Amino acid sequence: MNFLSLYILILVLMMMGLFLSKSRKQIQIIMITGASFLLLLSGALTYLYLTERAAGNTAEMLFRADSVWYAPFNIHYSVGVDGISVAMLMLSSIIVFTGVLVSWKIDPMPKEFFLWFCLLAIGVFGFFISIDLFTMFMYYEVALIPMYLLIGVWGTGKKEYSAMKLTLMLMGGSALLLVGILGIYFTTGGSTMNILELSKLKVPLEMQRYFFPLTFMGFGVLGALFPFHTWSPDGHSSAPTAVSMLHAGVLMKLGGYGCFRVAMFLMPEAAHEMAWIFLILTGISVVYGAFGAIHQTDLKYINAYSSVSHCGLVLFALLMMNQTATTGAILQMVSHGLITALFFALIGMIYGRTHTRDIRLMGGLMKVIPFLGVSYVIAGMASLGLPGLSGFVAEMTVFVGSFQYADTFHRILTIGACASIVITTVYILRVVGKVIFGPMQDKHHETLTDAVMYERIPVIVLTAAIFGIGMFPGWISSMIGDSVLPLISQFIR
Amino acid sequence: MDYSSFLQMHEEFSLLGVMIILLLYDIFASEKYLKYFQPIAIVLFLVHIVLNCVPRETFQVSGGMYEYLPIHSYIKTFLNIGTLIVFLQAHKFLNEDANRIKRGEFYFLTLSTLLGMYFMISAGNFLVFYLGLETASVPMAALVAFDKYNNKAAEAGAKYILLAVFASSISLFGISLIYGSTGTLYFNDLPALITGTPLQILAFVFFAVGLFFKISLVPFHLWAADVYEGAQTNITSYLSVISKGSAVFVLFTLLVKVFASLITEWQPILWILAVLSITIANLFAIRQKNLKRFLAFSSISQAGYILLAIISGSAIGMSSLVYYVLVYIFSNLAAFGVISVIEERTGKINIQDYDGLYQTNPNLSFVMMLSLFSLAGIPPFAGFFSKFFVFSAAASQGFYVLVFIALLNTIISLYYYLLIIKAMFLNKSDHPIEPIKSDFFARVSFAVCTLAIIAIGFISPIYDQIHLISFGM
Repeated sequence: MNFLSLYILILVLMMMGLFLSKSRKQIQIIMITGASFLLLLSGALTYLYLTERAAGNTAEMLFRADSVWYAPFNIHYSVGVDGISVAMLMLSSIIVFTGVLVSWKIDPMPKEFFLWFCLLAIGVFGFFISIDLFTMFMYYEVALIPMYLLIGVWGTGKKEYSAMKLTLMLMGGSALLLVGILGIYFTTGGSTMNILELSKLKVPLEMQRYFFPLTFMGFGVLGALFPFHTWSPDGHSSAPTAVSMLHAGVLMKLGGYGCFRVAMFLMPEAAHEMAWIFLILTGISVVYGAFGAIHQTDLKYINAYSSVSHCGLVLFALLMMNQTATTGAILQMVSHGLITALFFALIGMIYGRTHTRDIRLMGGLMKVIPFLGVSYVIAGMASLGLPGLSGFVAEMTVFVGSFQYADTFHRILTIGACASIVITTVYILRVVGKVIFGPMQDKHHETLTDAVMYERIPVIVLTAAIFGIGMFPGWISSMIGDSVLPLISQFIR
Repeated sequence: MDYSSFLQMHEEFSLLGVMIILLLYDIFASEKYLKYFQPIAIVLFLVHIVLNCVPRETFQVSGGMYEYLPIHSYIKTFLNIGTLIVFLQAHKFLNEDANRIKRGEFYFLTLSTLLGMYFMISAGNFLVFYLGLETASVPMAALVAFDKYNNKAAEAGAKYILLAVFASSISLFGISLIYGSTGTLYFNDLPALITGTPLQILAFVFFAVGLFFKISLVPFHLWAADVYEGAQTNITSYLSVISKGSAVFVLFTLLVKVFASLITEWQPILWILAVLSITIANLFAIRQKNLKRFLAFSSISQAGYILLAIISGSAIGMSSLVYYVLVYIFSNLAAFGVISVIEERTGKINIQDYDGLYQTNPNLSFVMMLSLFSLAGIPPFAGFFSKFFVFSAAASQGFYVLVFIALLNTIISLYYYLLIIKAMFLNKSDHPIEPIKSDFFARVSFAVCTLAIIAIGFISPIYDQIHLISFGM
């Protein structure tokens, strides 16, 4: 049994346990135990990974395991991690853990909710540990489908529309992706599905020109690449809290991770040729998402558009194709995952109390629910890039990396993207000023109660992680930076 | 002539044996023993399956009229399993007072069509093939009109027999042209003689129409929705799964074996048919209110996906096709099983009636959901794997555009499959279908299907076995 396969095993065991569970109490116990194990596992993995690297192990992927699954198609069950995956696994397990606590009192049908939730988590964890194209794609799709039911049954607002839109658009993305994957596999001679081995073979350049955009767009849909981002605001705002957290926090990162690990890594020549098209598109994502957020009045919509902007920045930085920017992109994935999860968790808790998410109907919440208020301000500050919090570290690295190009095209785009920070400040401060501070809008809100224990834990965990990365970014950015180097050497000319 | 070689046709003889035993039992057994008719039929059939599931060496009977290949054992076993599941699901329907008297016929007719398919699959000569085709079609028409006092069933039966005969007569015309231009009907002799003259291409096109009709590809699909709707649900499921499964297999073997030299002709034809079938059937399926019509269009589009395996014309295509048929049998039969159970008890057949089904019938909804996800090709269910292999088969021959179109269509198909899932899980209803307790046999069939849908994808030896043997083609 491979160490990494434990992620899947734990989740499968959790699902079995849920299947047999009878009461809410049992369900809660199963979920919290399982989620804690996942968190511990990620902690142990990070530790082991760092000690292994410190001991001088320079293999591209550590903790490898490989067994043949479908021999005729060279499909292997093949797992392994590098620094990037370790960071993403850590992020995922933090968010799964907090997501479980946030949906502690989910109603109705807690059992079904957590079953789907676990399936979603299997998709996420499986994706990050896989280094086989087929299993990667499989896990990617496993993560998509539970979304439909999670949003459709437990969501709010126009949930059926959002659920359908999200599922179909992401499925569309995976359709593009599958063509790309089959293309990569067969144009390299159909001899292996392993990403590491594929990177040594060459996809012919004229074929790369077809399959690179397909693969990049396929993953890009999930990474909210303009103009395929439209599922994201509707989906995130309709989803139940924990699902918004997991989706904006982790699932959107699958897109960025896949763009990097599959599309750009395996087809570097076409990536160079076509980067400018996608740079423009992601540049639009960054700026457009920020402007979109200014216009919204629903807290979740504001956050969803802000996610479009910040995830756009991830793809933007990846396409800059140098070590600093790419490291920044991965850091931004982690940082945005934590911040956005915190945002959605807080919005869920506020909504649970005020029963509205319209910022025009709320105000002065700091007086009645100070814990949530302070946390919201912290999340806001992190999101607009206050030094000392994770957002600053990530965005700073991204922009430093992007600025390394001296030509006009890259300069203009970089300056445009930098300007989005200003817009971010506008919408964040507007919400904070209006909802958290500002005068009381509704006298019913005067009697609200502050967060209880099971709500405080996830908020504290997420805040601590945001502070942790913000204060001590060294270890994580060097862990990521070291792993980025062998990947990036594919396309540094 | 050496008649002992006939005895090698194990599958056909053992099926014939089952048929005759059941027929005699139905006629001569007293009322007291007739109670056990269905269990006995099912057990006998199960024995038949077990006896014939192991592949043997290749052999020929009567100078190549009949040719057995190891892969035939697999495809026949898969069809057998499908038929067994249909029998399990039909148990309740055949136990009703109105139908009890006819159940002997039900089994006999079903097994006759199956026998026809056996001959179609193992034919080594166009004459045997045509006999098999007709044996599979004519009893099928009787089955479709099984409930003869029901106007819709009678109409469906008439429609089916007229169109089937029309299609097979065109096919026969094609066969006569083949004979006219080559002077032989043996599959083994034909490849050398088919050189691609215009007459032979014409003959091929005429001939293929008969099979396209059976597979119900667009534009030969117009009968499907009406017949599926009119026939009794268990018969519809048999028609949509078993009949289709055998026809696609036969189409593939004939294209690769007999018409291999016409590959530049039939690949574009299949390309167009695949795109048309998938797209048009998907678009029509969205608009359907009646679940049986809905599944009719869905199965037309599934047939379109199977064409992607056929078009590759390679060993990988063969194994993907057989695997696809296997998965399709379980997925589709699970869906039809749920529909038939609900229709049987409540008479409700529209998508709207399924609103809120999960609240009252969680298990049935669960089975339905699994089967729909499998049909839509969602992992970790078996349908994902079979779709992936079919797409790989087409991509391996460079049909990327076709794969792309087919994949875009999976989005449309996911949309309409989700409509049913939405009805069951999301929608609320004032009058949901009351809790249903399905009978033992149906529950066994659901258990088998559910297990298969979940497990088949992960058990790679199943595919490996099929793959191993399909290289012998």
